[in-house]
Amino acid sequence: MIQFLFTGFTLGSIYALVALGFTMIYNATGIINLAQGEFVMLGGLIMVFCTLILKIPMVLGFVITLAAVTLIGAIFQRLAIHPLKNASLITLIMVTLAGSILFRGVAMFLWGKDPYMLPAFGSQKPIQLWGATLQPQILWVLGITLGVVAGITYFFKRTLFGKAMTACAFNPLAARLVGISVGKMVFVSFGVSAALGAIAGAIITPITLMEYDRGPLLALKGFSAAVLGGLGSAPGSIAAGFLIGILESLGAGLISSGYKDAIALLVLLLVLWIKPSGLFGSKEESELKKF
Amino acid sequence: MKADILVIEGLEKSFGGLCAIGGLNLIVREGQIKSVIGPNGAGKTTLFNLITGILPPTKGQFLFLGNRLNGLKSHEIARLGISRTFQNVELFAHMTALENVMLGRHSRSSAGIVRAGFRFAGMQREERESRDRALDELGFMGLAEKAEWDALSLPLGEQKVLEIARALATEPKLILLDEPAAGLNPRETAKLSETIRQIRNRGITVILVEHDMSLVMDVSDEVAVLNYGRKIAEGPPREIQRNREVIAAYLGEEANGA
Amino acid sequence: MKRKDFHALWIIAAVIGIFPWAAGGNQYFISLLVFLALNAITALGLSLLMGYAGQISLGHAAFLGIGAYSSGVLTTQYALHPLAAFVFGIFLSAGIAFLVGRPTLRLKGHYMAVATLGFGEIVFIVFNELSPFTGGPSGLSNIPPLSFWGFPLEGISFLYLVWAVFFLLLIFSLNLVNSRVGRALRAVHGSELAAGAMGVDASQAKLQVFVLSAVYASISGSLYAHFLAFISPNAFGLMFSILLLMMVVIGGTQTVWGGFLGAAILTLLPEYLRGLEDFEVLAYGAILLSVLLFMPQGVLEGVRRIASGRKERGAR
Repeated sequence: MIQFLFTGFTLGSIYALVALGFTMIYNATGIINLAQGEFVMLGGLIMVFCTLILKIPMVLGFVITLAAVTLIGAIFQRLAIHPLKNASLITLIMVTLAGSILFRGVAMFLWGKDPYMLPAFGSQKPIQLWGATLQPQILWVLGITLGVVAGITYFFKRTLFGKAMTACAFNPLAARLVGISVGKMVFVSFGVSAALGAIAGAIITPITLMEYDRGPLLALKGFSAAVLGGLGSAPGSIAAGFLIGILESLGAGLISSGYKDAIALLVLLLVLWIKPSGLFGSKEESELKKF
Repeated sequence: MKADILVIEGLEKSFGGLCAIGGLNLIVREGQIKSVIGPNGAGKTTLFNLITGILPPTKGQFLFLGNRLNGLKSHEIARLGISRTFQNVELFAHMTALENVMLGRHSRSSAGIVRAGFRFAGMQREERESRDRALDELGFMGLAEKAEWDALSLPLGEQKVLEIARALATEPKLILLDEPAAGLNPRETAKLSETIRQIRNRGITVILVEHDMSLVMDVSDEVAVLNYGRKIAEGPPREIQRNREVIAAYLGEEANGA
Repeated sequence: MKRKDFHALWIIAAVIGIFPWAAGGNQYFISLLVFLALNAITALGLSLLMGYAGQISLGHAAFLGIGAYSSGVLTTQYALHPLAAFVFGIFLSAGIAFLVGRPTLRLKGHYMAVATLGFGEIVFIVFNELSPFTGGPSGLSNIPPLSFWGFPLEGISFLYLVWAVFFLLLIFSLNLVNSRVGRALRAVHGSELAAGAMGVDASQAKLQVFVLSAVYASISGSLYAHFLAFISPNAFGLMFSILLLMMVVIGGTQTVWGGFLGAAILTLLPEYLRGLEDFEVLAYGAILLSVLLFMPQGVLEGVRRIASGRKERGAR
């Protein structure tokens, strides 16, 4: 049982990070980035490339991966999203979808369809804790995730830049009037979301491997968490991410492992159908937001 | 003595903490042209949205020819015989003027997917009837030559007129006109005046929300004045013009076409 | 149906009628044309949903699969007559579309997109997991061909059947678009507010067209199952849903023909990319992105505009 919980928290970390990425872009731009899962995938695969092919030490590889994927996210925003910012909703959805296909295509071209493995960050010896056997990587995942969450919270609450981004989310016009460059905020939000995804990809690959088409399912589950937590609420996304991770883990262990992916998806559908404002959002607030 | 076509009792509407309409009672008699005026933000368009079921009231009820409108959806209310135009023109994009007006015939026709897809007899006749009726209404509003024009390519004044034609095509008993004179020049406004009277002559009751006082005074049988969501005066146009409270409410706003 | 629709129809029918004989009964070309028709049928339904009603479905391959597996499972495991299985598939698809559509179509923009995505994935997982029925990931084989009075429809005869079905559905769709129903859909797409004020029940209209598009997909799926005699879940997953979406977007949603054009492009193009399998997904992404950036109205509309632009310049 404890085993399931730990697995759940591990998975949940990833979903939380992905959900955070969704929330960030949504807050800055009002759109859902369907390519979010691909940032995770790229994070994992680029890390593999750095560590196994280029034989770069892991820490450096991590930094390079982060930089690379952040750059990809920012470029994507500039080249594909920005020109279409006044286009119809369907077009916007399709663009992020196209981006996700493109990234997947590039990944398939560069790395083929096989899954890749990363060595664990620290020791490989399993730890015994409270009756469960854990890979040490799990602690890395949890630790890094908590670190990221703390960092993001600090960023939004304490730094001027972070507060400016929050202002943009609430009222772009007013933000512009006080001199905040909304365009830059949007640009940064994509970069940060990409970084979040990359981190998630890098830390989870030692445990679950990574292949070129992991993206869509991850994105769906991450989005599930984002909506469950109340789209636009960062703490909500994180909490919901862990919740879904645990639900999935318990479901896989106790009910059936074949349908485990369907659990998160079912949660997604139920939340959208019944209470789209999620657990922590308010109904009025969700109606005020663009979507 | 004509019947009451629309009875509004104890209407209240709040948005969160903001009270848009408070304790409104209004009666419209059949065949009347009744105007609702008031400074901006007085709640006039909100009133229309409430009547037509777009917004639910916080309190109060609507009786339309004795039928209770509360809880009905807007398309159900339309089918009962209430039609409207919009303050910001809501024509259908990528459709011609004629097609827009033909939409007005939607609730008076019935061909569904099966009949339309297979073109069962009856559907074609219904199409022809809808088309003819729509052309009639376009003619009534003076837009017959522009039937095949893309609706949004018409100048704004004609777009507003087109919306009225569309609303008339539904064969309403009651029509709500939301600022039909906004954006019209004086000549067009005079023509609108005449059109509204002709609409009434067809047996349709008219509720008019307007800022253009010359139109309101010219055409109305009765005028109700709203301010901050409450009715502050009601009566024939001449009386309203002299009403002190009404004048006070409009101070700070020009009383003619703000 | 307008005059030029009629002409286009006859031209295509003639081409399809003659082509197999001109190509010497070559199975490869026949298969290609069959797939084109099958895709065109699904794209037709989807373009009614997306183009006219303005809704989005990122999980439409699910309905293809429901039709295909209904036909496949019922004819192989229960020895049901193909026609009965076919009808069952239609009702099953319609029923599921109705149940899923009601809550989903109420959602706005992005939420609807993701909900349909999630739905598609769930159905995909179900196809994979219900192995005793569906054969699981390894698929379902030995599906009998469609036959009428003992004559199995294969090869050229099947080709004609599939295209006949497509033409029928095309005519049906054209009729629909130029009717009260079509106008109501376009009205809902244009201004749901005003549509309601004119008596259009927007929710019902959207749901009806969603169910209709699911039925088109189911028809296509069933025919697909009988043609290939083998189906597996991978044909009905996310990638194909996206491909369908691309057909509609690339072809353009201004007219019913857009779906057909998109289907043609995306059925025939991969054949040129045959040798470059590694590039396949990449190419799709690049194509979609390019169309969205440079010709968001779709190729059909884009070409039309270029053509009429040239005409204007020529007239001066």
